[in-house]
Amino acid sequence: MHISPDQTILWRWGFLHLNMTIVYTWVVMLLLAFGSWLVTGRLAQEDQPRSRWQNAFEIVVQAIRGQIRDVCPQDGDVYLPFVGSLFLFIGISNLLDIVPGWRAPTGSLSTTAALAICVGVAVPVFGIQSQGVIEYFRHYLRPSFIMLPFHLLSETSRNLALAVRLFGNIMSGSMIVGILLAIAPFFFPVLMQALGLLTGMIQAYIFAILATVYIAAAVQRGQEGS
Amino acid sequence: MNSVSIIAVASIAAAALCMAIGSIGPALGEGRAIAQALQSIAQQPDEAGTISRTLFIGLAMIESVAIYCFVIAIILIFANPFWSQVVSTAGK
Repeated sequence: MHISPDQTILWRWGFLHLNMTIVYTWVVMLLLAFGSWLVTGRLAQEDQPRSRWQNAFEIVVQAIRGQIRDVCPQDGDVYLPFVGSLFLFIGISNLLDIVPGWRAPTGSLSTTAALAICVGVAVPVFGIQSQGVIEYFRHYLRPSFIMLPFHLLSETSRNLALAVRLFGNIMSGSMIVGILLAIAPFFFPVLMQALGLLTGMIQAYIFAILATVYIAAAVQRGQEGS
Repeated sequence: MNSVSIIAVASIAAAALCMAIGSIGPALGEGRAIAQALQSIAQQPDEAGTISRTLFIGLAMIESVAIYCFVIAIILIFANPFWSQVVSTAGK
């Protein structure tokens, strides 16, 4: 039994291995990029009737925007592209689990680690943008320089937790379905699959909201200090 | 018992103990958190949105402990480094 789609290699050329994770990540990327290109190509003006898809997309974007606004009321729209893409990518790749043969790319530690590294880079970038390089890195020395290793430890461990949480939830979902197929086929795997869809959406929400909370904490720290 | 079976027994027992003991704490913690959140929502229904969002974040934090245990149990059973090392040295 393969615990992650990394181990299924579809095509190899020299040292390049094309595994299932990469292929399915590309599928999700294509789906998101092509779908939004198709819909946003002909956006209706304010007084024209809107197309069905434009309405659907506006609901999604507005819901994400509202959630981000709730966490940080002042400058929520700045984070919308980053956090929204995280949520949509994780959500779509988890939801496509209902397609037979699909292995969610989020069920591989390499994908989730890459997403967590994105968050780990975005936090200092947004922090530096709002308060400057020196002022941002000075918070590591507060209240005194003894706290420096603890600050570093907390940032590392929270990014690690972000990656392992998503990986563990999605991997355990597909794993439990696989085990139940061997023990009690036909009915219980369907129930667990439905539960897996719910868990997938909740995990996408949690990943995005935690990224927002971390970024907002780094930005607001500067605004309170000054 | 040779070393392969010792490693197999130890890994399976360790995985079972890891899941059994490691899920007690998060289960109790999540139960307390949800009970408190329900009580707060019952007292202040207007704040339900804020409370449930904070509850979700808190639950994710608590749950990550159980998921660390789960990942370690999975590693012990399906991708055991000691097991593969012993198997590879025995094959030589």
